[in-house]
Amino acid sequence: MLGRLTLDAIPLYSWVAMGGAAVTVGGGIAVFLLITYLRAWKVLWTDWLTSVDHKKIGIMYVVLALVMLVRGFVDALMMRAQQAVALNNEGYLPPEHFEQIFSSHGTIMIFFVAMPFLTGLINIIVPQQIGARDVAFPFLNSVSLWLTAAGAALVLVSLVVGKFSTAGWTGYPPYSGIEYNPGVGVDYWLWALIVSGVGSTASGINFIVTIVKNRCPGMTYMRMPMFTWTTLCISILIAFAFPALTVVAAQLTLDRTLGFHFFTNGDGGNMMLFANLLWIWGHPEVYILILPAFGIFSEVVATFSRKRLFGYKSLVYATACIAILSFTVWLHHFFTMGSSANVNAVFGIATMIIAVPTGVKIFDWMFTMYRGRIEFHPSMVFTIGFMVTFVIGGVTGVLLALPPADYLMHNSTFLVAHFHNMLIPGALFGYFAGLNYWFPKAFGFKLDAKWGIRSFWFWIIGFYLAFMPLYVLGFMGMSRRMEHYADPNWQPYLIVAALGAICVLCGIICIAIQLYVSAKNWGSARDITGDPWNGRTLDWATSSPPAPYNFAVQPDVRDIDAFHDMKIRGVAYQAPANYEDIVMPKSSALGPIIGALGFVLGFAFVWYIWWLAALALVLGLVCVGIRACDDDTDFVMPASEVAKIEGARLAQITAADMHDMQDFVPVGAASGAPLAGRV
Amino acid sequence: MTDTGLSPSLLGGAYKNVNTARSFRSSLKPVWIVGILGMCLFLQGCGLSDAPVLFPKGPIALAERNLLFTAFALMMIVAIPAIVLTLFFVWRYRSGTKKAAYTPDWEGSWKVETVIWLVPAAIIVVLGTLVWETTHKLDPYREIESDKPAFQVQAIALDWKWLFLYPELGVATVNELAFPADRPLAIEITSDTVMNSLMIPALGGQIYAMAGMRSELHLLADEPGVFTGRNTMYSGDGFPDQHFKAHALSEDGFADWKDKVSAEAATLDAETYLELHKQSVANPVTYYSSFETDLFSLILRKYSPIVGPYESRAAELICRGAA
Amino acid sequence: MTETVMADDILEHEEKKSLESREFGFWVYLMTDAVIFALLFASYVVLSKNSAAGPTSKELFDLGHTAGETALLLFSSLTFGFATIAMAAGQAGRVVQWLIVTLLLGLGFLAMEIIEFHGMIAQGAGPGTSGFLSAFFTLVGTHGLHVAFGAVGICVMIGQVLVKGLTLPVRSRLFRLGLFWHFLDIVWIGIFSVVYLPGVM
Repeated sequence: MLGRLTLDAIPLYSWVAMGGAAVTVGGGIAVFLLITYLRAWKVLWTDWLTSVDHKKIGIMYVVLALVMLVRGFVDALMMRAQQAVALNNEGYLPPEHFEQIFSSHGTIMIFFVAMPFLTGLINIIVPQQIGARDVAFPFLNSVSLWLTAAGAALVLVSLVVGKFSTAGWTGYPPYSGIEYNPGVGVDYWLWALIVSGVGSTASGINFIVTIVKNRCPGMTYMRMPMFTWTTLCISILIAFAFPALTVVAAQLTLDRTLGFHFFTNGDGGNMMLFANLLWIWGHPEVYILILPAFGIFSEVVATFSRKRLFGYKSLVYATACIAILSFTVWLHHFFTMGSSANVNAVFGIATMIIAVPTGVKIFDWMFTMYRGRIEFHPSMVFTIGFMVTFVIGGVTGVLLALPPADYLMHNSTFLVAHFHNMLIPGALFGYFAGLNYWFPKAFGFKLDAKWGIRSFWFWIIGFYLAFMPLYVLGFMGMSRRMEHYADPNWQPYLIVAALGAICVLCGIICIAIQLYVSAKNWGSARDITGDPWNGRTLDWATSSPPAPYNFAVQPDVRDIDAFHDMKIRGVAYQAPANYEDIVMPKSSALGPIIGALGFVLGFAFVWYIWWLAALALVLGLVCVGIRACDDDTDFVMPASEVAKIEGARLAQITAADMHDMQDFVPVGAASGAPLAGRV
Repeated sequence: MTDTGLSPSLLGGAYKNVNTARSFRSSLKPVWIVGILGMCLFLQGCGLSDAPVLFPKGPIALAERNLLFTAFALMMIVAIPAIVLTLFFVWRYRSGTKKAAYTPDWEGSWKVETVIWLVPAAIIVVLGTLVWETTHKLDPYREIESDKPAFQVQAIALDWKWLFLYPELGVATVNELAFPADRPLAIEITSDTVMNSLMIPALGGQIYAMAGMRSELHLLADEPGVFTGRNTMYSGDGFPDQHFKAHALSEDGFADWKDKVSAEAATLDAETYLELHKQSVANPVTYYSSFETDLFSLILRKYSPIVGPYESRAAELICRGAA
Repeated sequence: MTETVMADDILEHEEKKSLESREFGFWVYLMTDAVIFALLFASYVVLSKNSAAGPTSKELFDLGHTAGETALLLFSSLTFGFATIAMAAGQAGRVVQWLIVTLLLGLGFLAMEIIEFHGMIAQGAGPGTSGFLSAFFTLVGTHGLHVAFGAVGICVMIGQVLVKGLTLPVRSRLFRLGLFWHFLDIVWIGIFSVVYLPGVM
């Protein structure tokens, strides 16, 4: 009846694991009680969980990412603590627990922090940047969110019921095969990947169509903001790359569950096939995580340098180059698998070529700052920290791209330091910059800058303290994923790295304080115009938070910096002659239901509860069928209501709220052009 | 700190292949000397003076490390200006100062663009050429040219230990590798468990060990010495302890070692191998004075289809496992 | 009164736009599906000689049977084409008739595939036998699963045409289902020429 699920699944084997389970369950109960206490269930369900509004979906994605960031970071802290003490002793974590922790850390950070964080920011911003009222498929968007959440829930549940994978976030067979890893851990990992991977693929499709089909008049491809460009590129990458993840995860699941022989030792299996398929997804995935951050940096650096973005076309071409090249380099993840020198050299060179467009981007941002007026808003500070630190990661990346050097550094902590050097400054700092930059857009008030700057300093100092020692340890021959070690020379470095992790912990606490302080003082930091930073792109033309339809009237775009141009021309904040009816998508409970069924399906497969899996599958198909037959998914918001909302907004904005655009008036332009703020 | 690879003579002699390293060095002499000497002083204080990757003990590892350093130096041409200019611009054009020039509409310059595309591209062309050459020269499968024949060793990854077979001597060892220092070392590698990776960092880079497959690693030590080797590919609970000492021995030392192992009573027949194959953590160093005929190829065959009866009981035991 | 008419106009306009997006999105989805099949093909090619101790493709494949499956699927593509032509002509009844024929051909294909799989498993050549058979069953089975979903889709669309008639959304859905069905045909041609033909050579 319950498959292999018995009482043994409760993690009584170690007090640390028990503690983790208790915190997870306790946190869940606390949230449940809080919502009940606030009597917020109904609002939560009707206004949020069932919503198909891209802004709300985006916010929920970011919330998911922040919660999972805390979980993933606790894993990191535990690993650093373990390695700091485990010289010639077992430390405080038994090997099996340590292995679960590094596996879940990687899985969570990639799939349930980085992916939802970037998808959330894209959801909130991209439709507004292209002057659209919504994404192409609002309902599919909701399904994507809830499938991602279902995957995250599977990882969280593994802490309480059963164990998580011990095979690392890459789960190489045959170690992850049933022969060497018979428990439920790898299955949890696989189903979390499969369920959330389907959601990601759907997101990719959604944003390709949104950007291709839903741009407003005048928004040509070469006028799209950089963040939209990077989103288009990564959406294409997602659509091409995530199917590979689905395939490879499904194959390993078949091996484990039904005794297939794709990757087994013997019986005609081939583990090298797994490495190839995994990295055909995995390498583009790196750029899926980083390119949106590059987009955010591009927006932030122009806004806070008070200058046009330098080399827009270069940046667009560089992004496209990176996206295309990202499919040609996957083999560099396993130069040591014994490919011929020709193959290794070709992939090594292809990898290094990516450094060129990436370098170009850094220089373009740098020259955007050149002759600018740089303001040190937290998002800009994160950008500057990124530019400096990312160069180091780029250098070590090229070193690893040299096959003979990789023979020395592969599987070492040098590699660990390298990819954290790419993903923390490269991706996470970008998301934090985006959080600070776009928070007022999503919530209508600004984040506290002081705590933002503090979080930055803790993060960057913590980063250097935590990962520079790992580069050195790589030179000293330390492999990754070691639960304990015998070389006393390593310990000082590992202690410094642990201190770095504590520093990062302070950074995370600062972000929490920043959110709390800002929410408490929200009234004094309200964003009335919808344009708190004197922004340049169309996302600043809407109110903060935007009306459900974003734009009452479709904007008319004439420049790359569309809204900046409108402000200069004096056409910003103008009421149109008349408003029109607007078609809006209806909320739907099917999104969260399909997500819940995804979770049940994964859980049932993990524990071999076949009847439940079949039931979830059938119900899921029924949901899709119901939706496929539904012709009544939209409603009309009448012009009168639109006029009311817009009227209320424009009435609030006074000339004093508007930014002074005098500095930006083109030299020699016909004077007398009306300027916002000088009315 | 005299053995840091400064002397080109280390590249001469037995190992004639890796002479690219020498040319890197001559073209970048001042950088090397200042850089390495400065680093030596600094690193010694940090317990780094025996970091195997920075201070290799064999020509392969040395050439690999030199490539690392050359590429690092080349990239500094772009990386240093990028970091310094970024920080300088941030300071120079901060909004507080109104003295600096301000051009809010400056959106591009083909001169700047040309430089920022072409300079990194040029560096990558240079590095690419270097990669092509060195990847072929330092291919782990490539035999090392030497006056003396290579010393053959067969390495088998087990949970969680390394088994080394010495066909030339007819002996086997667990978690200890020994070889004559003046001969190139040719290791054939496979695995009788999950994927592993064999590496002796002081001597050179690694290669995966996979069941049913045979990979190769060719290494050479400069002089007699003891180096740490390990599996670098996470393989389960005993992984942290899966390391061994690699002894590069002088002629006398190697003869002694050979006598010591040959005198050992234990032999590695099929049954003993099955016992050894069981999982064990931090397995002590073990010597066997002989091993089952064709053990290495039997282990390889274990993962290939078997048609018809086995030719011997040993073959059946090893290929079928304990069952 | 005028207000509701206007609202309907806007709804219709938006619907048209949204259906256009759906069609484009469906092409993109088909591309992701094509990537899945491409990788399954690649896996099959890598593993096709790894028959381990089990039977080889030569011993297992029966070209006659495969030819039958191919004929059924190709004809079903043709009959779906007739349904699309009938839809263009606005003949709802014809559409339903051709869809039923397509459905029957599709079910026939599935039946033949199940017989083939069952026969192989019965003679000890199941997916757990060897890497080659794992890859074979996964590739061909994934295609079969797609055909089964397509068949369910045809049933749903027959229902929709009968209940709603050939409205704009129904036409769009039929068009997309047609794309899906023809796509499966193309994949099958790939399977025929990558799996079965070389398998018996």
